[in-house]
Amino acid sequence: MTTPLVELRGVYRTFVKDRQTIPVLQDVNLSVQPNEILCLVGESGCGKTTTGKIIVGLLEASAGEVLIQGKPRSAYRRAEQAQLRRDYQIVHQDPFASLNPAHTIEQILSFPLLRHKLVKSRAELRRRIWELLTMVDLTPPGDIVNKYPHQLSGGQRQRVSIARTLTVQPRLIVADEAVSMVDVSIRIGILKMLHRLRDEFGMAIVFITHDLALAKYFAWRGRIGVMYLGRVVELGPTPHVIGQPAHPYTRALLQAVPEADPDVTRRKQPMRLRSDDIPRLTAIPPGCAFHPRCPFYVGRVCDVHVPHLDVAEGFAQQVACIPVQQGQLRPYIDEQAGG
Amino acid sequence: MSEVILSVRNLSVSYLARRGRVRAVSNVSFELHAGETLAFIGESGCGKSTLNLALIRTLPKTGQIDSGTMIYTRRDGQQIDVLKLNKQEHRRWLWSECSMVFQGALNSLNPVIRISDMIYDTAAAHGIPREDARKQALDLLEKVRLDPQRVFNSYPHELSGGMRQRVLLAISLLLRPQIVIMDEPTTAVDILTQRSILDVLKELRRELNFSVLFISHDLAVAAEIADRIATMYAGEIVEIGPVEEIFYRPRHAYTLALLDAAPRLSAGAEELHSIPGSPPDLIMPPPGCKFHERCAFAVASCHTTPPPLRPTHDAACHLVACTESERVLAAQRKIMRQ
Ligand SMILES: Nc1ncnc2c1ncn2[C@@H]1O[C@H](COP(=O)(O)OP(=O)(O)OP(=O)(O)O)[C@@H](O)[C@H]1O
Ligand SMILES: Nc1ncnc2c1ncn2[C@@H]1O[C@H](COP(=O)(O)OP(=O)(O)OP(=O)(O)O)[C@@H](O)[C@H]1O
Ligand SMILES: [Mg+2]
Ligand SMILES: [Mg+2]
Repeated sequence: MTTPLVELRGVYRTFVKDRQTIPVLQDVNLSVQPNEILCLVGESGCGKTTTGKIIVGLLEASAGEVLIQGKPRSAYRRAEQAQLRRDYQIVHQDPFASLNPAHTIEQILSFPLLRHKLVKSRAELRRRIWELLTMVDLTPPGDIVNKYPHQLSGGQRQRVSIARTLTVQPRLIVADEAVSMVDVSIRIGILKMLHRLRDEFGMAIVFITHDLALAKYFAWRGRIGVMYLGRVVELGPTPHVIGQPAHPYTRALLQAVPEADPDVTRRKQPMRLRSDDIPRLTAIPPGCAFHPRCPFYVGRVCDVHVPHLDVAEGFAQQVACIPVQQGQLRPYIDEQAGG
Repeated sequence: MSEVILSVRNLSVSYLARRGRVRAVSNVSFELHAGETLAFIGESGCGKSTLNLALIRTLPKTGQIDSGTMIYTRRDGQQIDVLKLNKQEHRRWLWSECSMVFQGALNSLNPVIRISDMIYDTAAAHGIPREDARKQALDLLEKVRLDPQRVFNSYPHELSGGMRQRVLLAISLLLRPQIVIMDEPTTAVDILTQRSILDVLKELRRELNFSVLFISHDLAVAAEIADRIATMYAGEIVEIGPVEEIFYRPRHAYTLALLDAAPRLSAGAEELHSIPGSPPDLIMPPPGCKFHERCAFAVASCHTTPPPLRPTHDAACHLVACTESERVLAAQRKIMRQ
């Protein structure tokens, strides 16, 4: 196996709020290989963005190890660390908030190119900006360069923020809800472009979303990690996680989500949870955090022992659920799924 | 099909903006039947919210209804044009005949007012005794799967987003309206929360048999909840029909394009396509079919002559405004066979 671009080993992260320590991530183990697509899904507040920020080095882990190409960040020399910051980029949800409204698109793309001395002349600068805009399908570039962010549509703005991260030729991009705010009709275009950029430049993409169907589409040839209350509860190849979900929480999500097909969506039988209440991070239940809601809960096991992400008989993916790991919960195969 | 309770004819709505008049809704006609759910789908800015705000006459100050009629049939069979009601009559019509649930509406409500006071205020405005309102409300809160006593006495901030949305649904049904308008009621809520809102809505609908005008840009939610679907583009209804017709036999190039951009969990590896370009400027809309600039099926006449909304050959309940509808249908069949 090649050295992962980044590896989180037993990562914890806490925040202090109102003098209370909130455990936002607990024992997260993940790695991202070069050129890989990894998708993180889960409900609001489960720690997806925090994980993404730790991956690109915008946040530090409170405990555990973060290895960048096999070594902790601190083991790199200062010049190397600067290069690492360029190699690991993040694209945020709201392109309007992240693009300076007072600058033209040309200026927005020039700054990183000039700051990092990535171009040698004005002619090269111009050529590179043209190239970047073409890469993100903003063509002809001549129509775009002199515009301000507010003169572009939401989808175009998101393409500009992606072009900006490409200025430094990153090896890994975290796309945090990067298409959540653009219209459904143009989302697919942006996702296809990200796929193409990955194929052409060999980047890895960590794609964060709360939309399972979108995750499935984008990461079909990659992996999905499902998060719940600060932990990764299931991780593996997308067709397996979607087609034969192992963790009861993943099953609950997949059975709950409506589908853009009247017959399929009306035939679904959503799982009845034991409770609809999502526990607060300040009062995470003991044992498996999902046990108070889980219909497959096993007394004196699930409420006592914390399950760890591990392989399970009959599944291609890793899962953090003791009954599944012990073979007490058979694979659920959705006959609708094409996996 | 059951009787028509709302008949909207040639409704046009515009906003006055600095650059000119924004034709947000143009010449829209449709019928709503008793007990059915009609969902409006379409891209952001196509006029879904404007249409529904016009129906309850709560457009912002810059907006105005330029033309149209809106005939509502009361339970006693009496027909009224809602656009002709005076202010007081209209206020009485709201809530008792037609109510609404907007996304995040409870967030904007006064945080120091208890749910119970909201309910009493609504009831008082319609001359309902307090005790009756309380009984009704507790019953409805139970129906939306909340703990009635606890929620009745709580403040909005004490409730989660999903609970608030269900409280709103309960309040909207307090006066037993025939129509409930819901604008993106599950947008921005989590999957399991969305599931419980949808389940509760379906249960209530079965029990109380009201009609719903449902607005969503999420095709999956529309596929699950709607009896009929109306596709809107640039302020017009371009296609309307039973949900199976729209999803399995779409006749408008735009509907087909929307379906072709929607990922499905159950579909395995998928080939999807986004719609090129962006919706037209509603101040200076293009001539002909407003979709022609982005349309893969457009022929010469589409650039000049706007196609009328008319029944398809084999389904009178399925209306479409597309001259190339046969080719669209053939293309859909090809996609389905893959
Ligand atoms: N700087 C911070 N200070 C305090 N709490 C924080 C901070 N950043 C995040 N949190 C908390 O950590 C938890 C996880 O947040 P995070 O943004 O990682 O979730 P997420 O999965 O990305 O959610 P969403 O889908 O809503 O974006 C949340 O409860 C959040 O309130
Ligand atoms: N107050 C306003 N003044 C001027 N134009 C407006 C106003 N409100 C809406 N519009 C315009 O009217 C058109 C229709 O907007 P509307 O909000 O009805 O669309 P929508 O289909 O509900 O979109 P979304 O899916 O984003 O909610 C858009 O072009 C919008 O820019
Ligand atoms: Mg986030
Ligand atoms: Mg709207």
